[in-house]
Amino acid sequence: MTDELPRTDAGEKAAGAAHPAAGGPLLRIEGVVKAFGTFRAVDGVSLDIKAGEFFALLGPSGCGKTTLLRMLAGFEAPDEGRILLGDKDIAQALPHERPINMMFQNYALFPHLSVRDNIAFGLKRANMARADIATRVAEMVALVKLEGLEKRKPDQLSGGQRQRVALARALARRPQLLLLDEPLAALDRKLRESTQAELMELQRRLGMTFIVVTHDQEEAMTMADRIGVMRSGKLVQVAGPRELYEAPRSRWIAEFVGDINLFDAESKLRDGHRLVIGTRDAGTLVVAEPRQPLGEAKFSVAIRPEKIKLSRRGPVSEAGHETAINRLDGVIADICYLGGTTTYKVKLDTGGTVQASVANSARLDVDAYSLNQHVVAWFTPDDCMVLPS
Amino acid sequence: MSARRIFARPARFAAIAPYVWMVLFFLVPFGFVLKISLSQTAIAQPPYEPVFDLTAGWTAIRAAFAALSIDNFKLLTSDDIYVYAYLRSLSVAVTATALLLLIGYPIAYGMARLPKRWQAVAMVLVIVPFWTSFLIRIYAWINILQHDGLLNQILLTLHLVSQPVVWLSTDTAMYVGIVYSYLPFMILPLYATLAKMEPALEEAASDLGAPPGAVFWLVTFPLSLPGVGAGVLLCFIPIVGEFVIPDLLAGSNSLMIGQTLWLEFFTNKDWPVASAAAIVLLAVLLLPLLLYERLQRRQLEER
Amino acid sequence: MRKISRLSRFNIASLALGFAFLYLPILILVIYSFNASRLVTVWGGWSLRWYHALFADRAMIEASWMSLRVAFSSATIATLLGTLAAVALARGERFRGRTLFSGMLYAPLVMPEVITGLSLLLLFVALNAERGFWTVTIAHTTLTMCFVAVVVQSRLGSLDRSLEEAAMDLGCPPVRAFLSVTLPLIAPAIVAGWMLAFTLSLDDLVIASFTTGPGSATLPIRIYSEVRLGVKPEINAICTLVIALIAVVIFIASLASKLSSSQGESAAPL
Repeated sequence: MTDELPRTDAGEKAAGAAHPAAGGPLLRIEGVVKAFGTFRAVDGVSLDIKAGEFFALLGPSGCGKTTLLRMLAGFEAPDEGRILLGDKDIAQALPHERPINMMFQNYALFPHLSVRDNIAFGLKRANMARADIATRVAEMVALVKLEGLEKRKPDQLSGGQRQRVALARALARRPQLLLLDEPLAALDRKLRESTQAELMELQRRLGMTFIVVTHDQEEAMTMADRIGVMRSGKLVQVAGPRELYEAPRSRWIAEFVGDINLFDAESKLRDGHRLVIGTRDAGTLVVAEPRQPLGEAKFSVAIRPEKIKLSRRGPVSEAGHETAINRLDGVIADICYLGGTTTYKVKLDTGGTVQASVANSARLDVDAYSLNQHVVAWFTPDDCMVLPS
Repeated sequence: MSARRIFARPARFAAIAPYVWMVLFFLVPFGFVLKISLSQTAIAQPPYEPVFDLTAGWTAIRAAFAALSIDNFKLLTSDDIYVYAYLRSLSVAVTATALLLLIGYPIAYGMARLPKRWQAVAMVLVIVPFWTSFLIRIYAWINILQHDGLLNQILLTLHLVSQPVVWLSTDTAMYVGIVYSYLPFMILPLYATLAKMEPALEEAASDLGAPPGAVFWLVTFPLSLPGVGAGVLLCFIPIVGEFVIPDLLAGSNSLMIGQTLWLEFFTNKDWPVASAAAIVLLAVLLLPLLLYERLQRRQLEER
Repeated sequence: MRKISRLSRFNIASLALGFAFLYLPILILVIYSFNASRLVTVWGGWSLRWYHALFADRAMIEASWMSLRVAFSSATIATLLGTLAAVALARGERFRGRTLFSGMLYAPLVMPEVITGLSLLLLFVALNAERGFWTVTIAHTTLTMCFVAVVVQSRLGSLDRSLEEAAMDLGCPPVRAFLSVTLPLIAPAIVAGWMLAFTLSLDDLVIASFTTGPGSATLPIRIYSEVRLGVKPEINAICTLVIALIAVVIFIASLASKLSSSQGESAAPL
């Protein structure tokens, strides 16, 4: 019913400002810096966002992601750098002059206005005709499935309903860009999952550009086409979810996104396409040669827990490739049952510890290991990453 | 991090009108008090000189400055009446504030422990007398404390006394009046801090083995100290300068500084001495005033 | 909410005694205003005698009218100025003279009234202003705008700033955002501020005594001069009427804050 919603016709005021040349980015952030006193909250960020993209800014609290988002919305002005929407620099424009809308973390619904008036608020400011406002509000109410609640005040709504009103209000002006500040943080876990799916579906259907700020890496990975990871005001990696997880650029990113086993390297030897690396905690490991050449800098070998297999006697069928397989002996030191998977902590004979995550593929625990049992943890060279420390 | 810079500019424009008003009707008048306190008494209307006459030019202003004197302040420090009035004001304020804390704390504590919806009712019940006229509340006590008033009647009927007790024009009556009038000022800040306190803190203390008395003295009371500070200052400062209550309820043989000031001003028409008395009163209260101002500002701005 | 009552017997006793102490004297005053007898000792039955006497007292009526006019005008000006001051302090960030500004606004809240009254009188004398309605109104405005500023500022401080941001994000220039979102939300505090200013002005004896001129006494000045001469039943009656008026004001206030209670905590008058 809402499929005929035109794509991003918003910003009647700033019309013509942002009709990006085909293929060019919708939004270009160039060398943006924002300091509060001596603290550089955003420290030289450059980024392109394509039209129709679902982009996530991910990082721990205080990394500058919210400040960056607030600069896009116009609540902060950057000290340096440009923010181009289409071909117009909007860095110094005030919030009400931008064809960009934002969904606030706590929704910021006006408590004195009904659902209908909340949604119509931005439309009235755009001097839309009364009849058009009514049509648009009805459209939005249908879009977020809030029919029948138009006359309610925000405090008569559930958390999930409030989130929808906030979304409808931000979408009503048909912004060229929608900013979402921790959009799901206030929802409980079950609701969060279904809302994630709805947000993705909505974004795809409207063909709009979304930028979402989150500290939750699972949320970012689920929803976003691309993720920008921020740390201390800097954008440290921009990549799709899979690349971010399987090929993080640094040790810090690898630890921030998901769990990881890390072993500090002490020596390295080249062996064809492989490197033989001596570590203090896990003995000698064979890894695939990384794409970027390793300099003289210190580095670590990293393996995700689910890439590590456990067995009682070591790999059986791959006897022919024994040299190619990393094999670590140890005993089970800790067991953490998580439902879908079980995480085992294995104390290695070489002194270190590895975490292995094993899928619980059978209901009865025939495959389970018990505490202090002797096991072999093994993985292939391709499962290893080499990361600068 | 917020829309601060965007909002700040129009918000600052809002300051202009109240700023001008306060400078004109609060700050400038103080200049007058200071100046007149340094002037000579004269039998005239207005009863002081010199007045700065700006039309007379610079030399006249210089002459006016030369004519300023500190005689009034010398009088205040040399005459026992004034020294005694200041000391009495301070001692009355200290005693009354201690009484208020002693009486107000249990009430505020009881309020904070009421179920939530009763707390709102209790809060209104404390505020309502504050809204009813100050003078009326003092008058209500005159009704009760006078020679053939209700209190004496009750005491006589119960045969606790054989003849009417003199209550009015005593310090007891004055303290009753002060406590009665200022009780809401003590209760409200105390209640505000006590109500904000996490009930889990007291529960944790008793869980860790503290008996009720120890819970109160080790956890509740220390945490309520900001409220105690606010309540004490909120009562102490105005009580020092109090005029109406001692005037109506206490005897006239020992005066508080507010009364002395009033007397000098209205009865003796000695404006310079009254102004000097006001300056000294302000000087005495400067420290508590600054403390209170900081407390207020922190409370309002650091949310 | 807690299920088990945390009230001890001591708590209940202190609450009961405390509220009895606060309310009994006023209650007694109200009851005696309906006493037919002139003597407090004797209960002569219910009567409106003293109210009749009161309405025959021209001076008292005039003083009441003067007080009401002063209270209304000063409360209105004070609410305007105090709200502006609160906005400047709560939203103005740092600006030159801010410390002086907030100091000037907080000091009158606790400063002894004799000082405020005296200083304003000296100003009016120096300006050669005719003392009466306007001088008292100005004096009361100066005092009560500080109370309004505190009440409104505390409401502004507890308001979610992202509401204003959301309004701007949805197309409002800053001032418009303030008018269409912030102002309706702080309206209960502004109303409470007005009523606080009104009753403070109605209540004030000391400042009015300093700043008024001959022939324009306010009600408290009138009551004060009567009370100094001893207890008179007419005073009981006028006090009861003032209490009734204030009760009505408070009732309207609580009604107003109940109507807007969906907008979060209502502003306490202190």
